[in-house]
Amino acid sequence: MSGLAIDVKGLTKRFGAKLAVDHIDIAVPEGQVWGFLGPNGSGKTTTIRMLCGLLNADDGQGTCLGLDFRTQSDAIKRQVGYMTQKFSFWEDLSIRENLEFVARVYGVRNGRRRVDDTLERLGLTARQRQLAGQLSGGWKQRMALAACMLHDPKLLLLDEPTAGVDPKARRDFWEEIHALSAEGLTVLVSTHYMDEAERCDRIVYILNGKLVASGSVSEVIEQSGLSTFVLEGQDVRHLSEELRGQPGVDYVGFFGAALHVSGHDRAALEQTLAGFRGRPGVALNEAQPSLEDVFIDLQGKAR
Amino acid sequence: MIASLRRVFAILWKELLQMRRDRITIGLIVGIPLMQLFVFGFAINLNPKNLPAVIAVADPGPLARSVVAALHNSSYFQIVDQTNDPAAARRMLQEGKAVFVIEIPPNFTRDIVRGARPDLLIESDATDPAAGSYALAAFNGLAATALRDDLVGPLAARAQGPPPFNTVSHMLYNPESITQYNSGPGLLAVILTMSMVLMTCLALTRERERGTYENLLAMPATPLEIMMGKIAPNILVGAVQSVIILAVARYVFHVPMIGSLTLLAGALAVYIVANLAVGYTFSTIAQNQLQAMQMTMFFVLPAILLSGFAFPFMGMPVWAQWLGEALPATHFLRIVRGILLKNNGLPEILPDLWALFLFIGVVGTIALLRFRRTLD
Repeated sequence: MSGLAIDVKGLTKRFGAKLAVDHIDIAVPEGQVWGFLGPNGSGKTTTIRMLCGLLNADDGQGTCLGLDFRTQSDAIKRQVGYMTQKFSFWEDLSIRENLEFVARVYGVRNGRRRVDDTLERLGLTARQRQLAGQLSGGWKQRMALAACMLHDPKLLLLDEPTAGVDPKARRDFWEEIHALSAEGLTVLVSTHYMDEAERCDRIVYILNGKLVASGSVSEVIEQSGLSTFVLEGQDVRHLSEELRGQPGVDYVGFFGAALHVSGHDRAALEQTLAGFRGRPGVALNEAQPSLEDVFIDLQGKAR
Repeated sequence: MIASLRRVFAILWKELLQMRRDRITIGLIVGIPLMQLFVFGFAINLNPKNLPAVIAVADPGPLARSVVAALHNSSYFQIVDQTNDPAAARRMLQEGKAVFVIEIPPNFTRDIVRGARPDLLIESDATDPAAGSYALAAFNGLAATALRDDLVGPLAARAQGPPPFNTVSHMLYNPESITQYNSGPGLLAVILTMSMVLMTCLALTRERERGTYENLLAMPATPLEIMMGKIAPNILVGAVQSVIILAVARYVFHVPMIGSLTLLAGALAVYIVANLAVGYTFSTIAQNQLQAMQMTMFFVLPAILLSGFAFPFMGMPVWAQWLGEALPATHFLRIVRGILLKNNGLPEILPDLWALFLFIGVVGTIALLRFRRTLD
């Protein structure tokens, strides 16, 4: 093994005339947690599906767990845990029945014990007789994670696992992800949540099927070349319209009560903002751009 | 009131929009009935002609030859063989290759000349009593007129009064022409087709509609494993249904069961698998449950109308018979009638059993080829 759990180059997928994934390179070292970000329809799900053999790639080479991802998808499936974006377990089976089914299909040894352990680990033991269809979003997601882990995969591919899940459940979920990663599991997880992106070792941002940014959170922020100023105070609400379209201002947005103003041309931005300095009820400070600033900027540039 | 009407209209409009999006289903709803109308309209014949018959003739005389010629000219009979061995002729009846055996006894000509009124014997396969009734009626008239041209000169007296011979008809396998003897076993074939195809036609369609298909594909199960796993439990359902239907046939309709029930059970298992395979294949093709149900109807109706269940198989035009041959119900109908009413053994049912195996092979292959291993 190369020490890379995923190592693919030029990954490409077309749907008719549309390039859904356009020559993406991804190299995920074993044991890391990578965040996969990008707007809706950018190609995240398609990429994940190609990696686990659910879609045939139109182009690209490489390996997944040391196996050719184009020709050895059967062997890859046995070692990968894939969690679909939409809950895809059998709603008319109980949690336990779902897990036992999965354990049997994968030929997990000591299946019953393994199911017991997994239920225990994810706190599902008390609910094991409940039908999956009657669970709330958070519990469904927990059950799905349990099912992906049953066969001791080496790689987890999680497609927006926390969409529509409450904050507490989300945090518990991420604690579990980190615990698994500490045990040596490699995780590729797609998400729209910035706080989740910040929990990842590295993030990859794709847009219209192209990889446009990758690195650790601070690297991605640095690479963006963005300057951000924060305006705070009682009257900032009225300033956003005034600022929009001014020289040097690429993006204006509220973060809570504060107004973030970002731009690539720092000099022009400072000059524009100079006019707002000293206005009554407005405090102006430079700040580190947040990941969200960077992503919105990236998405805006593509338009 | 107006507001309520507006809401009704809103829903109606939404339904129309959705219907328009699902063109395949609309196509099936229009196309299938039309096709069936034409197929069944032309195929079904309540007055079956050209029924296969064997002549066993033991008399070389001219009057016997006239009867044979008349049978050849009759539109009711299709003479498939002529022999001088009545046993061989009866074997063809047993194997279902002929529906009638017409036996002209030795010295037929001599006995007529002497005025001894010999017997002209017609034996029919009465497992489907309706199939042969018109032909039987025609036979009586036919035999009498066959000799009209021969009974001249010194024999002219024989042409007067009753025919110079007796026509004797034997209804084999079902001498009393009891309809239930035919429909009981037939219903076993038809009911099983209906319920077995229905059981599996949603097998994959449901997974697709509920979103569990992606999960199933992500698991390391092969298409063959998935197919076998989904078909197998339904064999048990089919077995339970078979026992119920056979029990009712036996104890309510008093259908005789003279053949081997073990052999029947074996053939039933093959037949059940054949129908389950059809349903499963539909489920690999259908985009939604409505389409799966349409396809099921598309399969079940011919199984009722073209298999020989509702209408005599031998009476259908040749192209319709070929369509019927492609249906498992047709073959199973022959097997089950053969075993229960004719005491057929393995050698007699083997051709139809092979057809069922061939059917399973072809349909199973289509299902496996149709099964998409990816979401492409």
